[in-house]
This record gives sequence, structure tokens and C-alpha cells, in this order.
Amino acid sequence: MRMNPIHAAGLAVLAAWAIVMYAAPNGGTISGTVTYEGTPAKAKPIDMSKEPSCAKQHATPISTETVVTGANNALENVVVYVSAGAPDQGAPSQPVKVDQKGCQYIPHVLAFQVNQTLEITNDDQTSHNIHPLPKVNREWNKSQPPGSPPITDKYDKAEFIPVKCNIHPWMHGNFAVLKNSHFAITEGGGNFALPNLPPGKYTIAAWHESYGDQTQEVTISGSETKSVNFVFKAKSY
Amino acid sequence: MRTGNMKSMRLFLAILAISMLPALAAAQESRVGKWSGHAEAGKQLYFRYCWGCHGFRGDGNGENAPYLNILPRNFVAATFKCRSTPTGTLPTDDDLYNAIDRGFNNSNMPSWIVLPDQNRVDLIAFIKTLSPRWKTDKAGTPITVPPEPKLTIASIKHGQELFQKLECWKCHGQEGYGDGPSASTLTDSNDQPIRPYNFAAGSRFKCGATNQDLYKIFITGVDGTPMPSFADVVKPEEAWDLVHFLRTLQVTHKSPELALWESTTEGAEQVASKKIYGTPTGSGIKQ
Repeated sequence: MRMNPIHAAGLAVLAAWAIVMYAAPNGGTISGTVTYEGTPAKAKPIDMSKEPSCAKQHATPISTETVVTGANNALENVVVYVSAGAPDQGAPSQPVKVDQKGCQYIPHVLAFQVNQTLEITNDDQTSHNIHPLPKVNREWNKSQPPGSPPITDKYDKAEFIPVKCNIHPWMHGNFAVLKNSHFAITEGGGNFALPNLPPGKYTIAAWHESYGDQTQEVTISGSETKSVNFVFKAKSY
Repeated sequence: MRTGNMKSMRLFLAILAISMLPALAAAQESRVGKWSGHAEAGKQLYFRYCWGCHGFRGDGNGENAPYLNILPRNFVAATFKCRSTPTGTLPTDDDLYNAIDRGFNNSNMPSWIVLPDQNRVDLIAFIKTLSPRWKTDKAGTPITVPPEPKLTIASIKHGQELFQKLECWKCHGQEGYGDGPSASTLTDSNDQPIRPYNFAAGSRFKCGATNQDLYKIFITGVDGTPMPSFADVVKPEEAWDLVHFLRTLQVTHKSPELALWESTTEGAEQVASKKIYGTPTGSGIKQ
């Protein structure tokens, strides 16, 4: 049976559009840089003399990590994520890991999804106690002596959770528990990229533990890359 | 009476009874032993006895709160110190009841044993309405406290090894005075300064006074404070050894453990050399 040529053309267009939209693996990307303006407080060296087994792991003392900056006013440890416009996603099966080494949380900011398994290890020669301090999720506090197995847990609500060790008061970390897989944490250059975004209108949020959070609206229509930058006001204290 | 009326009367009564069942079920909001507590009744008691410290929202911001060193419990956050349930889980009704009964040692929370049982269970039912957590989470499963094994010197000595290995001394100090290297920088989950328990000056703990209470304290952790749970790192038999040892640190409190320890030469010397100073909350302890 011969198809009406107009119908055939229509089908071809539909097929092409479908191929572009849904077969193309990448979708759109939102990328950019996070910087600060003003003068941030100077990072202070951490005195670990109360814990010699950690102090000796650092040839020069490490500095506080509440504000970490890079070249050209780059701001590190900013969690950039899609706060609206993307559906909630189930957690991936592989766990995320945070390690305690040299009396530091590595990484300093860990981003993962709601209900994703978190695995905490202690690679130091001293006990640590893991004490995340959520306000929405439930608060727990567990001791982890050296040589213990990893502690695993998960959070069922989205939240930014500060983490501390009571034994070592200089240890500070953060867990960013997010609802979908579109997130990135800025590093030395302050850059981030959120790929694989289907067309739609998105709210992109950027969160920094000392400087607060900001949002911007971005629309993706195909597989383009949109540039979004965030500028945080540095605090001098 | 005519048969027809009896039938419809019975039917009416049956329907009435069945329709009341949900109300009955919802009304039974706390259960301790043979007592059932109801939030409505507890509400009036709360606003008479409790809100001055715990606040009219139950968030611990009562009128008296600014003057209290250990802040009143924030029932909205629903993080509780004294539980028989694992860290991060809600306490059982029994835990809440015991907390009101005992009060909290070395804090401004008195014992409310003066109130009748019914009042206390009603209060617990009301407290459970103050936080949304009680709707989404169930109370944790209480931990099993195995029966206490025989008290021996070996048990005390093993407990002493555990005290070292688990690094309890980092906060509690080598003598249990609450003057360990990390003690002076401890803050609770509201960023308020807090000191570890001073075994030498205290006889009762925040969460009770018995060996079983002591066992539960370090297995479940004291949520909201720096004291973590050691549930994953201490085996039950070892936990009892630690309990026996900790009692020998409480040199002002007569206990079978202390008496046994003092009957040894080593133990007698150690106890005699302890200087008793400071208070159970550690204030006055030199760092």
C-alpha cells in the first residue's frame, strides 16, 4: 500500500525529531563557574597537637576548609544542583564514600542522593566519632575505632547536613543529600557541568557552607550548552 | 417489645460500637505497662507543668530556658538522650516514662514521680504529638541487655583495657574525671559547650543509676551530645566488663565493683590516690 506522501514526510519529520530528542544520549548541558567577590576570611592553620597520630601526617598543618578558594576568585566546594524542573530519581545502587584520614573528612563536601548508601571509613590510628547534625533527617552518633568496618547509613530526606567529630573539634564536613542525579561540586577552577538534561525549564541552585545559596532559572531546548555563573559575596569573618 | 425493634436496636448498637473503634484506637496513644495515655489529657498537664521550660511549642524555648545550663529537651526535633533504642531512633514509651520518672541527673529536669501514673502516660502521649517525626518513624527496637555476668577482677581488668582501646579517656580522662584532651572543646548538637561525665564525683548518670542503665548508655549513645553509640564496636560480654570497670572509677559511690576492686592491692592504691574534685558535669575540672 502506498502511503500518502504528505503523511510519509510527516512521519519522517517525527522520526527525525524523536531520534534527536530521545536517541541522542546527551541532552543539554548547563555549565559555568562559581566565584566570589570581596575578601574572604583567611583560612587558618589547624593545630592537631592534641592528636599526634594525625599531626604527623601533615608536613605543614592543613588549613580550615570552610572557605576554599582558587585562582581568579574561584570558589571551591560549592554544590551546584537542579532544585526544580527535574523529577526525583531513585538512588543509584553503588554507595558513596567518605574517609577520615589525617583527622580530615575526605572529601570535605560529599553530594549524594536520597536513600543512596553512604559508606564511612576510618583510615586513622585514632578513634573518630561520626556525628552528622541534620535538622530534618534523624541525628545519630557512632564511634568508629581504627580498624573497624565501614559504617553505612542513608538519609531519606533531602538536606544539607554538617558533620563533625566531637573528639577532634577541628573536623568539619558536609553531606549534601539531593533528590536527583544532576549535581556537581566545584573544585580548583570553580567550574561545574550538569550534562544530560532533557529539554525543560530548570532551577539551578548553588550552595556554599559559609556563603549560603543562590538560584537561577535556565531553559534547555535541545542539546545545547547553556552557561550559568554564580557569584557569592565573601564574608570577612 | 416487638421483635422488629429489637433487631434494629441491636443493629444500631452494633454500628455505633464499630464506629467508635477507630476513635478508641487513636485515643490510645501511649502505653506503659497497664496504663494507657491520651494526648488530649496530656496537653493540659503539659501546659501546667512543662511548658515553662520546654516552651509552648515544645521546642525547648520556654520562659526559663535562657537561665538553664543544660537546655530543656526540644520535643519538636525529637532527638532524645536517654533511650533503650539505637542511636538515631525514637525512644519507646517506656523510655519516655522512665525519663519523666527519674528526671535528669545534674540538670534542671526534676523527677515527676509525684504525678500519678495516669498523668505521666498522658504527658508522654502529648509529647509525641509535638514532632512530625512520631508520624513518620516508629520507635526503635530496644536493644537486648544480656543478663549481667559474674563480677570478677578479670572482668574489671578487661574493662580497663577496653576503656583504653575504645579511647573513652579522650573525653572522660584517664581517671574518668571528665578532663580528657578533647573535653574542653566539646559542644552538643546545639553548639552549646558540654562536659563529659565525671565518674569520680558522680554516683548517678544522666540516664539512670543501675548497671543496666550504664550498659544502655554507651551502647545506644546519648543522642544530641558528643557521647556516641558503641553498639557496633563492643560485643555484649565485653560491654559488661566495661560496666564493671566504670563502676571502679566512681570512687564516691559504694558498689560491689568498687569494693571488689579495693580488695586488691592495685585497686586499693588506685582508689586511695584519687583526688575528688569537680562536679559530675565536669565544671571546675582543670584542663
